[in-house]
Amino acid sequence: MTSSLGEPNLIAITGFFLFIALSLGITYVAARRTRDPEHFYAAGRSVTGLQNGLALAGDYMSAASFLGIAGLVALSGFDGLIYSIGFLVGWPIVMFLIAEPLRNLGRFTFSDVVAFRLRQAPVRVAAATGSLAVVAFYLIAQMVGAGNLIRLLFGLPYELAVIIVGAVMLAYVLFGGMIATTWVQIVKAVLLLLGAFLLAVLTLARFDFNPLMLFEAAGDHYGLRVLGPGGLVSDPIDAISLGLALMLGTAGLPHILMRFYTVPDARTARTSVSYATAIIGVFYLLTFILGFGAMVIVGQDTIRDVDTGGNMAALLLASALGGPGFMGFISAVAFATILAVVAGLTLAGAAALSHDLWVNVVRGGSASDQEQLRVARVASALLGVLAIVLGIVFEGQNVAYMVGLAFAIAASANFPALLLSIFWRGFTTRGAQASMFTGTVVSLVLIYLSPAIQMDVLGHASAIFPLRNPGIISIPLAFLVALIVSVVWPEPAAASGFAKLERRAHLGVDE
Amino acid sequence: MSSSTDLERLNAARLKIAIRLTVAMMAFYFGFILLVAFRKNLLTMLVSPGLSLGILLGALVIVAAWILVWIYVRWANRHYDQSIADLREQL
Repeated sequence: MTSSLGEPNLIAITGFFLFIALSLGITYVAARRTRDPEHFYAAGRSVTGLQNGLALAGDYMSAASFLGIAGLVALSGFDGLIYSIGFLVGWPIVMFLIAEPLRNLGRFTFSDVVAFRLRQAPVRVAAATGSLAVVAFYLIAQMVGAGNLIRLLFGLPYELAVIIVGAVMLAYVLFGGMIATTWVQIVKAVLLLLGAFLLAVLTLARFDFNPLMLFEAAGDHYGLRVLGPGGLVSDPIDAISLGLALMLGTAGLPHILMRFYTVPDARTARTSVSYATAIIGVFYLLTFILGFGAMVIVGQDTIRDVDTGGNMAALLLASALGGPGFMGFISAVAFATILAVVAGLTLAGAAALSHDLWVNVVRGGSASDQEQLRVARVASALLGVLAIVLGIVFEGQNVAYMVGLAFAIAASANFPALLLSIFWRGFTTRGAQASMFTGTVVSLVLIYLSPAIQMDVLGHASAIFPLRNPGIISIPLAFLVALIVSVVWPEPAAASGFAKLERRAHLGVDE
Repeated sequence: MSSSTDLERLNAARLKIAIRLTVAMMAFYFGFILLVAFRKNLLTMLVSPGLSLGILLGALVIVAAWILVWIYVRWANRHYDQSIADLREQL
């Protein structure tokens, strides 16, 4: 069973090329419609609620969560559920606090909203820095995951695998912009749901279609402790810190926030979050079945033999249930997943570089459509190269952990400033700058001082900062700094712009 | 002038429901996380064969997220959209 991994799998390779061919076809069609920044960044604002719901789910259900959480559950049981739930509960927060005002107040990036009534240049620089930090960490996680996956599946060298992912992804983004990226996400989301659903049905067929019998079998084999909290969250404060970062990070992820500009109005933004919440919830419930299925049907020892992190659990389960053909299909789906998420991230990074920094800071807000498109494409190409370099440099990093850190930075650097800019009249340019700067720097420094870097990577005996996730310190601190700086240095112009912002946040127009 | 007070009223109504639902979501989720952190044995207890209290509550947090989103969408579709349409008419 394990021998089929690492050897070229015909169905996986065929599925993989079919997906590339299909997505490049989509890109070709999209390229003819991508003529101005509205199309490049926001798909001409023509995406429907269901389509955007699927695309949001596609952007969010990364291979790290599909392969990583299934593996986590397979190896440690209940503890994996903590991640699944944390990834879902961010969505109601996005719905209640962010989605509709974000759509009404901005054009292409969330910085549009923060800068709405504040001074453009300083806010844009800070917001773009936060966005790029999140995008970089998230890209590392995806590229490292992609390289490992392709090496394991097709036996290709790691570096070559990373370069292929970077090149194909760049083709989507450069030529097809947001239209192509959105459709690639939709196709991938449907494939991923279908794959996870089939896998769950095949698993449950062995247990009279009763998940409880599956859990019971897991408890019989590995002891009842796999059905309850274990060692993964040994420190209570760390558990809360991770929970905070997962919950609030979703509302600060630039590639997710950017998707709300692809729909025509706030009502459609609302509809798309409800679809996304439903889809992602079902997906994580399925992942839980897959994890326990792999634990019982494949066995923990076999999973650990292939990959100590358990990342191949879902693929081994597919192989055990449906043979190499089915495993090939699931592998192709996992690959499509990575490609799509990397494309979404690159586009978000390119928007931060070109729309926020070049157009609104360097050119003071006035640049022709042609210039904007050209700069956006140059920025995408630079980020594509950066993604390949990061993927190669950070080979061997723990993928799920890097994603957790991206969430922590998003929750500390972006979320507080975005929330306060929408809801607090007294928020100021200096407050926004200080908050975003503090959030980015404090989370990065605490990550560096944490046991994960000091002990696991650098091999020191102890770490200066005891927590693995910085959220519980960095998020409240970003809010506190915003509050203090805004109160100490008030900005009358920003406060007087608040009435206009409130009006636009609800009505979507300025009259 | 009246449209600006209507807007204030709408703003207050949306803020009220948004804050209540956000607090509810955080209470469910952090209640769960606190149990995970401090009451491990309780969550390992079996409710029925194969179903531990932890798995049951975890699944319920996901269901709670769905229900809260549904409550918001229903409110927005019924009241919020109508109020916005009325406000636009006044302009």
